Amino acid sequence: MMRLRLWRRDLVCQQAVELVSDYLEGTLSRSDRRRYEAHLAGCPHCTEYLAQMRKTIQLTGTLTPDDLTPQMQDDFIALYRQWRADSPTD
Amino acid sequence: MDSGTDAQLLTALRAGDERAFVTLVRRHHDAMLRLASSFVPNVAVAEEVVQDTWVGVLRGIDGFEGRSSFRTWLFRILVNRARTTGARERRTIAVGDTEAAVAASRFDGGGSWASPPERWIEEVEDRLEAGKLADFLRTAIDDLPDRQRQVVTLRDIEGLSSEEVCSVLEISESNQRVLLHRGRSRLRQAIETGFGRPS
Repeated sequence: MMRLRLWRRDLVCQQAVELVSDYLEGTLSRSDRRRYEAHLAGCPHCTEYLAQMRKTIQLTGTLTPDDLTPQMQDDFIALYRQWRADSPTD
Repeated sequence: MDSGTDAQLLTALRAGDERAFVTLVRRHHDAMLRLASSFVPNVAVAEEVVQDTWVGVLRGIDGFEGRSSFRTWLFRILVNRARTTGARERRTIAVGDTEAAVAASRFDGGGSWASPPERWIEEVEDRLEAGKLADFLRTAIDDLPDRQRQVVTLRDIEGLSSEEVCSVLEISESNQRVLLHRGRSRLRQAIETGFGRPS
């Protein structure tokens, strides 16, 4: 019973926001994960915060590269051709 | 040619396919430039580091055995070149434990939200032009402290695993996690500041 009480000790929001990344990375200990999820169940703000962190990661992951400028593309093609010309093997 | 995995493009490149080279360059250029910029003093030097990295890739391509992923190999070359370019090489600074994910002033004395997260998910999904959001995010990423920017770029833009990021940047798993947590937390805050509405 004592152990049960210990790991059910409530998190506060300020602690919960520091656990978000480890939670999403799956690196929280089982007891911390339970405490975090128990906190979420009673806290709409931290639930929203978690959703926002997920969204942030998703948005960052969908950034597509700016295309190369024609000048840069030419530079890289020149770099490649120079290397081909210098390659002793072919 | 714009599709295809890095491994397929690498095979084509080995066979002398110039378009495969350009496709690989195009695919990784942004992340490489962003990463290089976090080590050197200006964009011009960062661009040189990126070009130099591709020269290294071409020279080393026959020796690359695929034990690591192409991206890990590519970014390791980049980081090595950027570090030896060295103008802004600094000693490793310990990851301090002072930066909070959310400013302390937003919580009350008991640690509960006093000023809860403003809502923005619907706003950015429904009402914001995708290009505008992308520009906003790029700026926010560029504004991150160097080490956070390095980890966020590799993990969240390029999609490397945490192990790969540790290998590329030569940092410990725990440092990687802390830097990622702080970087992502700052980005979330930037979006909230830019687009949030009080709930």
